[in-house]
Amino acid sequence: MTIQVVAFALILFAIYWLGRNIVANLEDLGKDFDFGFLTSRAGYDINQRLIEYSNESTHGRAALVGILNTLLVAVLGCALATVLGVIAGVLRLSRNWIVARLMTVYVEGFRNIPLLLWIILIFAVMTEATPRPADFRGDEPAASMIVGDSIAVTNRGIYIPNVLFTRSLGGNEVLPAADGGAAAVSPAASSLDWLLFIAVVVAGFFGARAIGRWATATQEATGIRPPGTFWMRVAVIILPAAIVLVALGATLDLPHLRGFNFTGGIHLRNSLIALWLALSLYTGAFIAEIVRAGILSVSNGQTEAAFALGMRPNWTMNLVILPQAMRVIIPPLISHYLNLTKNSSLAIAVGYMDVRSTLGGITINQTGRELEGMLLLGLFYLVTSLIISGVMNMYNNSVKLKER
Amino acid sequence: MSDTHAQSVQFVRDTMIPEQDAPITEKGAVKWVRENLFSSWLNAILTIVSILVVYWVLAHILPWMLGGIWVAESLTQCREIRDASGIGYDVACWAVISDRWHQLLFGFYPSGLYWRPILTLIVFGAAIAPILFSGVSRKMLLFSIAAPFLAYWLLWGGSIWGPVAAALGFVIGWAIMTYGEGVLGALASIIAALVVPILYWLFVAGALAGVLQDFLPIGIENIRSDQFGGFMLALIIGVSGIVLSLPLGILLALGRQSDLFIINKCSVIFIEVIRGVPLIVWLFTASLLLNYFLPPEVSFDLMLRVIIMVTLFASAYIAEVVRGGLAALPRGQYEGADSLGLDYWQSMRLIILPQALKISIPGIVSTFIGLFKDTTLVVFIGLLDPIGLSNAIRADSDWNGIYWELFIFIGLCFFIFCFSMSRYSQWLERKLTTGHH
Repeated sequence: MTIQVVAFALILFAIYWLGRNIVANLEDLGKDFDFGFLTSRAGYDINQRLIEYSNESTHGRAALVGILNTLLVAVLGCALATVLGVIAGVLRLSRNWIVARLMTVYVEGFRNIPLLLWIILIFAVMTEATPRPADFRGDEPAASMIVGDSIAVTNRGIYIPNVLFTRSLGGNEVLPAADGGAAAVSPAASSLDWLLFIAVVVAGFFGARAIGRWATATQEATGIRPPGTFWMRVAVIILPAAIVLVALGATLDLPHLRGFNFTGGIHLRNSLIALWLALSLYTGAFIAEIVRAGILSVSNGQTEAAFALGMRPNWTMNLVILPQAMRVIIPPLISHYLNLTKNSSLAIAVGYMDVRSTLGGITINQTGRELEGMLLLGLFYLVTSLIISGVMNMYNNSVKLKER
Repeated sequence: MSDTHAQSVQFVRDTMIPEQDAPITEKGAVKWVRENLFSSWLNAILTIVSILVVYWVLAHILPWMLGGIWVAESLTQCREIRDASGIGYDVACWAVISDRWHQLLFGFYPSGLYWRPILTLIVFGAAIAPILFSGVSRKMLLFSIAAPFLAYWLLWGGSIWGPVAAALGFVIGWAIMTYGEGVLGALASIIAALVVPILYWLFVAGALAGVLQDFLPIGIENIRSDQFGGFMLALIIGVSGIVLSLPLGILLALGRQSDLFIINKCSVIFIEVIRGVPLIVWLFTASLLLNYFLPPEVSFDLMLRVIIMVTLFASAYIAEVVRGGLAALPRGQYEGADSLGLDYWQSMRLIILPQALKISIPGIVSTFIGLFKDTTLVVFIGLLDPIGLSNAIRADSDWNGIYWELFIFIGLCFFIFCFSMSRYSQWLERKLTTGHH
């Protein structure tokens, strides 16, 4: 009890001391504590944005653009890291000696060298070892586009085809035709179209799951699985999505040279690619170890028992090993997703405009509001990680062994 | 019965067949290759693809690395030498390393004084040996305790009496802890052991060091922190962070496991807030905001701020790892300690922590490796770590356009340290296994 009181008094005193210092320092500098700067004009440009933004927008909007960029690279990174990690983790357990060794080299190499070095190295390779857009010009160009003239790898980034809609829901710009004839309708990329497409695909997945449940129920009732279930499930996902694409008049917009640069398509900047690749390769090495540990944690007796029951190897994997391994794999996996999200703040090394560069960088420099800016930045990361760890705890509670 | 049997069987072997060698496909290299490389179609394809990949990579890298040019003034000169020699392929320009290795390792530390960081590294090695390996004499531990002060003096220089006076504060605290308990009582002696040294450092140590310096001037040239850089800087920050964060992390973990409401909640908030925010944001906080939190007249070295921030950051992660170890111990261990009549600190020190720390070794070491790798982030707040120096070298007109050589060198330095740390932890794990599972 005495210790508690002493500790409480010490903490109160520390808070009081810090607060008094902050007030005194702010007064000395002639600053106040005010978040009003968020609604004032930002006045700087952001080269990569997922939502409308110009230098006339507010600092708050700039922060939002940064947050979306952080989330973008985090989501892309988590997806690729999971794929790489699972492949490397499974292959590292392979009985094939050379494959297992190669994966060990990958895992140890990425785990023991700082992420920052990888980011800068990949960025340097992408900017210095790739051809300039001008090299694609001329009759005998020094460089050429790959995959049927649809992807251009240049030192300014990678240009990939984009999908545009000629009958967009968001309305198309009508270009007046040059010869005074019928006006041409230019294809447009509208987020509304993509939302519809994604909604249809998600609905398709739910439909496929419903068919799967129905087939299982029929099988359990009658002993016979309805034929063609697999193709029905595939069709439920693909057909409606294809219909939506056709109905919206989807067309491919290929990148092409105009002047000294490529236009059209989607421009993936080097900063995004370097950050994405480095984060995924680095986190993938950690995920590989988690997957390996997870699979090793399921005792061999489980496999043998499943075989003794007459299960085929892939059933054994799906119904016996994986559900048990998942319990071990998921919690550290999510904590690595969290690490990846926090590590995306290394974007500063390559000039990717994430939330730290907008809100925690240029905004702070322009407005001189370090205290407020850093506080908001910290809060954003804190809230993100608390949400993710909350989800993780819910999942942990739902899968943990029910001991009686 | 037996005679009918003898008639029905025409031949019965009455000697053993001599042992035969296993078939050629079932032994030695052939068997190994069959089982490990070509056990199935998929494996065979994987093997061939892997061999091709390895060959392709080595065929590109080995000539590039081994044919590298070690003596040149600039990248242009490197290319001239390469073209003049008539090699048809690209070769590495290691000249950048032989030209700038001292910068990458020591930053802008005066070149005549390189013996000081090198001697510090030796002192560090000697100090850490008795902690890492049980075979080394226990008396070396006394040297380990003195080593941080010696290392500080060697690196920063100045009067020797400053570190001595600072060390004296710890001696005072320890003396009060040990001999004061009988006079003052337990709680009062702990509080006194904390308060008296702080008062001593604030009001007495500086004056004492000054007096001693006047009386007996011993000192070496003073080096400012902004001359520190390169791999030395990463090592200083990393090692200080590791040494300081472990005790702090253990205390935080105990706080989080404790039943005392206020201490528990404070530890939880501290750990979650630190872990929820990336290190880079904390480093910017240290460089931008720290002067908001301190009295206006106080300001201290950027490097010290970074060390403090890195320590706090790592201690939160260590705390979570140690908490895992504490939670993994069976309840019976806690109850057993209680039933022996040990008080809280005794049971922790003698029963719980040795076991909990043993379980958490892999996690602790991987946190240390992470901390060491994270020291590269200090480049963003203006300290010249290897990556900051590599940026400076690449911006130099002599070496503009070089990257592989520099990054391979830096990567190799980090790899050696991190990899040996992880190997050490695996060795320690095996050594500490008591084998009752």
